[in-house]
Amino acid sequence: MTAEEIKQIVLEIVADIAPDEDLSNVKPDVKLREQLSLDSMDFLDIVMELRKKHGIEVPEADYPRLASLDSCAEYLGPKFAEKGK
Amino acid sequence: MNKLPRIVITGVGLTAPNGNSLAEFRANLLAGKANIREIDVRYMGKHPAGICDFDAKKYQSRRELRTSTRAGSIAIYCAHEAVADSGINWDATDKARVGVYVGITEHGNVETENEIYNISQFGYDTKFWTHHHNPRTVANNPAGEVTINMQITGPHYTIGAACAAGNAGVIQAAQMLQLGEVDFAIAGGVSESPGTFGIFAGFKNQTALASHDDPNKASRPFDKARNGIVISEGGCLYTLERLDDALARGANIIAEIAGWYINSDAGDTVLPDPVRQAECMRGALARAGMKPQDIDIVSTHATGTGKGDVQEIIAMRDVFADCPNTKVNNTKGFIGHCMGAAGTLELAGNLGSLTDSTVHPCINIDELDPDCAMQGLVIGAPEKVAKVDTILNNSFGMLGINSTLIVKRFVA
Repeated sequence: MTAEEIKQIVLEIVADIAPDEDLSNVKPDVKLREQLSLDSMDFLDIVMELRKKHGIEVPEADYPRLASLDSCAEYLGPKFAEKGK
Repeated sequence: MNKLPRIVITGVGLTAPNGNSLAEFRANLLAGKANIREIDVRYMGKHPAGICDFDAKKYQSRRELRTSTRAGSIAIYCAHEAVADSGINWDATDKARVGVYVGITEHGNVETENEIYNISQFGYDTKFWTHHHNPRTVANNPAGEVTINMQITGPHYTIGAACAAGNAGVIQAAQMLQLGEVDFAIAGGVSESPGTFGIFAGFKNQTALASHDDPNKASRPFDKARNGIVISEGGCLYTLERLDDALARGANIIAEIAGWYINSDAGDTVLPDPVRQAECMRGALARAGMKPQDIDIVSTHATGTGKGDVQEIIAMRDVFADCPNTKVNNTKGFIGHCMGAAGTLELAGNLGSLTDSTVHPCINIDELDPDCAMQGLVIGAPEKVAKVDTILNNSFGMLGINSTLIVKRFVA
């Protein structure tokens, strides 16, 4: 799975969590919570949806790795690869 | 004891299965229009229920709706509508002096059942249990959601009082206003009960769940063929103020709270006790300084169960034996049992009579049960009367909680 595909997966999850947000101009190198109205509970929804939809576990210590789309792609790439995706 | 301040209703916000405003609700009660439909209940198939179609997006963003409970959404809608109806300058209102008191029959069952179903799809692994569960299921949820949405920083809580909860919410608000704890109250009750299969299954196995080929005929209090409760959602919140405050801002006063009473059967968990119900009505009359003959309309609680309706009529025949001019009605035939919202919705349905001098009827009584016959019972069609000045509203609930709330026309 490419980095762009992973970013798209994360964006689709965010679209469900924050349906009122305009996601057309999300900057990949800026923290999601700095450019979108997401609180800590919303962030936990991202973790939950990765678990439910993709079988990917993100330990609490690694939550900062999901801060931006770029860091998501970097962190989640190997995890998707482990899943054969 | 010092004389306590008089309390008045200055706004009404509601959603009922047959109306999303007081005007629409009242019009449908006078037109005889019920609105009960069949819904698919998890594990149980189709059952009649009362469902509201208010526009939840009117006061909540899609993001808020994603995490809100149904009871929270109903409460938010009703609170906004009530505040708008009150005509108060909301932006200039000190939100720290506003209290929110919301009656609930139950809360949290919907979310808990949904989550158990959710994790059943994942082998009951609790790591899939939502982190939203606790804020959604704490008992203060519907009232708390109102405060967050409307930026109210005064007190909020729910009042758990089974199906007496709507009245209890208003009574709590009146008391807090009299004590000076708050200056403006948003109070009443809400129900999200059709979202939980447990309440359907519980009533069904108690042989108290209504069924009928025509959903609009399923809720039939006092009818000989009644066979149980139609479970409904809904909400009705009033704005309440001390009379002096309401007058000072030139508010439209819808009605004055005249008296109330809450007591307990201290007996059966589900079968009402007419002796205690009669005590409750007499207690409210005493607080209001009224005699039974002073009551123009009694809005009954009767839910359409075989035994419950009879018990209430026994109490009513006792209290109102010598009241040939008192009219008696029931609203559940139109909307089913809106649980925590029942008390305030049913009273709201009657508030229009203070101005139109018309008593809305009980519907779905094809054959009146002789054990439910009652002097003054209005059946089938609205009844015009000379004048309505007073309404006594009964709401009773499980564990033997009884509540009576009396309102009267405001006279300076």
